Amino acid sequence: MHMLEVKDVHKSYGDLEVLKGISFTMEKGETKVIIGTSGTGKSTLLRCINQLDSPDKGKVWLDGEEITNPATDINKIRQKIGFVFQEFNLFNHLTALRNVSIGLEKVKGMDKEKAQERAMAELTRVGLKEQVQQYPAQLSGGQKQRVGIARALAMDPMVILFDEPTSALDPELIGDVLDVMKTLAGEISMLVVTHEMGFARNVANEIIFMEGGIIVESGPPKQMFQHPEKARTKEFLGKISTLYGKE
Amino acid sequence: MLEVLADSFPQLLEGLKFTIGLTILSLILGSLLGLLLAVGRSYGKPPLSSFILIYEKVFRGIPLLVIFFLIFFGLSQLGLGLDPITAAVLGLGLRSAAYQAQIYRSAINSIPKGQMTAALSLGMPKLKSVRYIILPQVLRLSIPGWSNELTIVLKDTSIAFSIGVIELMRQGRYVYVRDPDLILPVLLIIALIYFILVISASKGLNYLEKKYKMAGFEVGVER
Repeated sequence: MHMLEVKDVHKSYGDLEVLKGISFTMEKGETKVIIGTSGTGKSTLLRCINQLDSPDKGKVWLDGEEITNPATDINKIRQKIGFVFQEFNLFNHLTALRNVSIGLEKVKGMDKEKAQERAMAELTRVGLKEQVQQYPAQLSGGQKQRVGIARALAMDPMVILFDEPTSALDPELIGDVLDVMKTLAGEISMLVVTHEMGFARNVANEIIFMEGGIIVESGPPKQMFQHPEKARTKEFLGKISTLYGKE
Repeated sequence: MLEVLADSFPQLLEGLKFTIGLTILSLILGSLLGLLLAVGRSYGKPPLSSFILIYEKVFRGIPLLVIFFLIFFGLSQLGLGLDPITAAVLGLGLRSAAYQAQIYRSAINSIPKGQMTAALSLGMPKLKSVRYIILPQVLRLSIPGWSNELTIVLKDTSIAFSIGVIELMRQGRYVYVRDPDLILPVLLIIALIYFILVISASKGLNYLEKKYKMAGFEVGVER
């Protein structure tokens, strides 16, 4: 049994078919990176996994449970799937600490003190011990995203989905976020949509290259970078490496 | 004349009590209902949201005096006789709800979609997400508009005079009907009382707005 299994997922918006049958699996502790040009359905795929969007066709299993089944309690499932957003989506009216603790309190039913203790621990883990009492508007982009990661971590998810977590950041702030993500690799399963080729090359167990709503090719970073099977993969990786640089 | 004025002052204060009482009750009704309407229209599905839309249009499209007469005289003809105070609270509250729904809805609309998405992604059910994530932000953003609405309701309690509620305006009328020389001073005093009430209420709400501001989301500050 796979930790996460995505099978033949299709999704259309109106006439536009964004996902044309995506299948892959993930095991516990794995880090997988999804790359591809913008508009190829990478974000939609993540949203179809935690059912923020429901697939038109195809199935998703988490830990053996079919979560695309309408009878599944989706709120229970979402607790097990962390989500880190490109635009952070921190709760604007809450401090960093409360941003992390509110899910523990209101979703997991932890008492306030315990929840804040745990939130404190997660914020310390992402290097924000000093900023716990600040509001999102008082934090830098990199700090906001680390709060976002702490918020996901606190729920003890089986897997965290990262939707271009560094795309909205100033170049000099990207490093902080990637460093945190590197420390998580292996400890927690991560499915990361990103253009950060350095991260993909060094941290991922597998790279999935998506284009036009399908998976063009996937494999370990070394194979993908050095001996891609498809010409299109080679072309894309070549282009993006000149753009984003090699690590 | 000053003496007569001073003598009539307790009578005006008696009326003021009803003015304030009416304001508070109408605002409670208007706020609760207005909030429900706003949430229903923003998150509800078509039959509910279109019904709410009609409600808002109707109550914003009819003068308050007509609403009062419909509720007080109209309903009594249908056998549902209400006392003047109940009728006034209903009239003011139902109309205020229609206006307040607009205030809350524009606040709801100004909250980024990602707030709800993030709450849902934590496994928070939709209702809880509204309760803990959306509403607290909506209420903070609504304070300026609500403050405006409060002053309107407060001043419009004077129209309840027309269906026989013995509030400030009606008590004033009792005084100057007894002694027509007092008509101008009494009306000026009444005007002053309303003015002071409105100014103090706005000041109080200004304080609330500052106290509950979201860092970086102060009204009027560029984000």
